[in-house]
Amino acid sequence: MIGPQVLELDAPAEVQRLGAALRSTLQGWHKRGVVVAISGGIDSAVCAALAVQALGPQRVFGLLLPEHECGPDATRLGLDVVRSLGIAHTVQDLTQALQGMGCYQERDEAVAEVVAGYGAGWSCKLTLAPATRAGFSVFQIVVRSPQGEISTHRLPPAAYLRIVAATNYKQRLRKAAEYFHADRLNHAVIGTPNRLEAELGFFVKGGDGAADLKPIAHLYKTQVYALAQHLGVPAQVQQAKPSTNTYSLEQGQDEFFYGLPVRELDLALWALEHGHTAAELAVALGMSEADAAATLARLASQRRAAAYLSAPPVRWPLPT
Amino acid sequence: MIKTHVAAADVRNLVREYIVENFLFDREAGRFDDAASFIEHQIIDSTGFLEVVNFIEAQYGLRIADEEMVPENLDSLAAIGAFVIRKLGS
Repeated sequence: MIGPQVLELDAPAEVQRLGAALRSTLQGWHKRGVVVAISGGIDSAVCAALAVQALGPQRVFGLLLPEHECGPDATRLGLDVVRSLGIAHTVQDLTQALQGMGCYQERDEAVAEVVAGYGAGWSCKLTLAPATRAGFSVFQIVVRSPQGEISTHRLPPAAYLRIVAATNYKQRLRKAAEYFHADRLNHAVIGTPNRLEAELGFFVKGGDGAADLKPIAHLYKTQVYALAQHLGVPAQVQQAKPSTNTYSLEQGQDEFFYGLPVRELDLALWALEHGHTAAELAVALGMSEADAAATLARLASQRRAAAYLSAPPVRWPLPT
Repeated sequence: MIKTHVAAADVRNLVREYIVENFLFDREAGRFDDAASFIEHQIIDSTGFLEVVNFIEAQYGLRIADEEMVPENLDSLAAIGAFVIRKLGS
């Protein structure tokens, strides 16, 4: 039967198992430790804590990579994490690098194609159009003017793609910084996506999707919270509202998850992966069977769309 | 260009042509049924879907509201044909 019990996790055993896997993988690669980018969120905090348990604090390097559109909470919470773990770390502001690559300018020009007058002093975020949650993914942009007025605009495909492409620089430059420190220290890079993100494609290819090891990519978000508690991740990190740290207007990760709380989304994904019916999911989540069916269909379609993001580069067999 | 006196079959053919040209790269793959679900048969993804909506709007001078972007209206050539005719008639 579908219910919270299906996601119960033996946290101490899981930490032991992942620790052993981490040590043997690094040994095979002749790496001396790991680099973890610390976002202030729960996933990277759990990854760093797992690495510290497995390797000791001296073999884990924490990297805080803010830019000027990140909320101040991200750095504060990130520092709480690295201090609580006692690991070496550095804070590297990526704003200038992002400016150099044209991240903000490209994005703002694309937004200005849709929102007259958009520019300095404005902020924005992408959201899913509410009416389309049951159908196709249609993204809209929410902007706040310097006077504080909020408005929502549908995005034509070219503007949408350009905004996404520009903001993807953030994840990709973060990864470039992670590999700089990994190369410098002869470390491997930890990727922090959880199972929801990994399966549904909520990561940037060549950005937060790139890594040498992804220790929590098999864990549902509920299980990540369970590990966080077991590992003693700072309480304020456990309680923080998940954020994508990508747009200048605050954006919760749940806005990309069709408005379903992550705990319900965990169960929906679990139901899909284990071949359960919409009727069974409907009972578990207290929703109508039609809504449950729509949720399962959306997840299945999202998972198919994510295949490209997870695919290794295609190589053809060499002629023999 | 805004067109008048459009038949559903014209819409279906035009959109099929657009999909083949832009997403499938292959005429064989374009031989899907008029009633085939784009989602189920993985004919287009959500970005492709946005492009199709954009194409229909430009082609027929329509404005498709967010709440109209549901599978019943847009998830097959048959659905699109009927939807566009309804919109043009309203």
